[in-house]
Amino acid sequence: MKILVCISCVPDTTSKINFKDNDTVFDDQNVQFVINPNDEFGLTRAIWFKEKIGATVDVLHVGEASADSTLRKALAIGADKAIRIDIPATDAFVVADQISNYIQENPYDLIIAGRESIDYNGSMVPGMIAAKCDLAFVNTCVKLEIDGSTATATREMDGGMEVLRAELPLIIGSQKGLVEETDLRIPNMRGIMQARQKPLAVIPAIESSPKTAISSFEKPAPKAAVKLVPADDIDQLIDLLQNEAKVL
Amino acid sequence: MSILLFAESQQGKLKKGSAELCSYGFALAQQQNSSLTIVTINCENTDELTQYGASKLINLNVDVNHFEVQAYASALAEITKTEQSKVIVISSSADAKYLGGVLAGKLKAGYVTNVVELPSTSEPLTIKHTVFSNKAFANTTLEGEVNIIGLGNNVHEVKTQSTSTDVHQQDIQTDIKCTQTSIEQSQGKVTIADADVVVSGGRGLKGPENWGLIEELADALGAATACSKPVSDMGWRPHSEHVGQTGKPVTTNLYIAVGISGAIQHLAGVNASKVKVVINTDPEAPFFKAADYGIVGDAFEVLPKLTEKLKART
Repeated sequence: MKILVCISCVPDTTSKINFKDNDTVFDDQNVQFVINPNDEFGLTRAIWFKEKIGATVDVLHVGEASADSTLRKALAIGADKAIRIDIPATDAFVVADQISNYIQENPYDLIIAGRESIDYNGSMVPGMIAAKCDLAFVNTCVKLEIDGSTATATREMDGGMEVLRAELPLIIGSQKGLVEETDLRIPNMRGIMQARQKPLAVIPAIESSPKTAISSFEKPAPKAAVKLVPADDIDQLIDLLQNEAKVL
Repeated sequence: MSILLFAESQQGKLKKGSAELCSYGFALAQQQNSSLTIVTINCENTDELTQYGASKLINLNVDVNHFEVQAYASALAEITKTEQSKVIVISSSADAKYLGGVLAGKLKAGYVTNVVELPSTSEPLTIKHTVFSNKAFANTTLEGEVNIIGLGNNVHEVKTQSTSTDVHQQDIQTDIKCTQTSIEQSQGKVTIADADVVVSGGRGLKGPENWGLIEELADALGAATACSKPVSDMGWRPHSEHVGQTGKPVTTNLYIAVGISGAIQHLAGVNASKVKVVINTDPEAPFFKAADYGIVGDAFEVLPKLTEKLKART
């Protein structure tokens, strides 16, 4: 089985978010970039397939050279090969175009992409790939089993779960649940040494034009100080929620 | 050229968020000097949708017995073309986010999710939406031939109109790629996505055996229950209840956090809620800085009293 995991590099979850150039550009100074957590859950499941049932795992990133260290980390925790398509990831449409073109030229049985990146929160790349490549698609996937050429995937819905069956090739939008937090891997020295020998191919992009453009960013308005209510005066809390906040 | 809006239904019944979505759709149509066409798929009763000012409602009869994303996206792409619509409005539900990317891919559309307002400019459309897990907003210009607006939850006022809506039925044939083998819907329980109030517990509850306190308060408020990441990681509660940056987002009117310290990742997931109440024994808990109301106190004493008083109130 050939698996492709699409990886986005995002600011670490503890990052302070700031902007520069008149609030038009994200300020990446002092920001640590990591594999997007939703992608990492998918990558970890892919490596599980590789070890348990046999598979090759490639990781793919659309973006610039600054992401190479993140791709090396993916190799260090068990991916076989990394590919970077060399074009700035201007919007989801451009990213999906590049990935789809790569998949059409290099077919895979299973494609994994995080259900959303935790930076721009678009939640759109896996679906766009599914449409462009005409693939079966299961989003918010929390469980995935492969038997021969058939996949059984559990999708988390609002207030429930559904189990879907599809023939490969399949694309899933991965998230927590696909593997547990404790299953995530930290690169060890042997993995890091091996990763240096593994291929990281940088390939040219195809022509593609974005459909959206961010013109500016804003920070939320500063918050008023919390109103503290004494623990023995529950009536006051209820009164505030009812008459001041008007949420009861 | 009207604005097309997809109102979701589940097992034939309209979803709760439809009223807000349709109200936004009508306001958008007015702002853009256009009209509103609501589309439903396999919806048994669309009467409720005729009160939001849409000039037309089309129920598509698609030959699938569940929400099959490729079939739904194909049907909506087809109706977008026949109606010659340039703007499509969808929600931010799990199903809508499943669908939106596929639809955008099929239509080569510009697409923006988690939208919080009407557009600030018209040609091209510029629209404000949350990014960086609610830590910031972006103003994004939509440059597609067709553009899709994914409206966030709980951001627009529900408003009915007195104009009438023509209702049409249309059959559409599509192919499916996934078959559903089973479905589990929580019965009689309020879901985090639909709830007006969410009561959430953290490590301060000390163990899963104490979750009755959270559930009873939630019952008294008609609220959904949720939890922090450590609680779901320790297996006290299912993953589906984990709210935060890598869990579910919460955009309710009232979020009550009990025994949750307020890690930055947790706050990111719940900051879009309108009013936040924090109950914690530690006055230094970072969550107090992000809260509207707070009680420094022991959950084991405060919650039973709060539940009792809320019950007595109704």
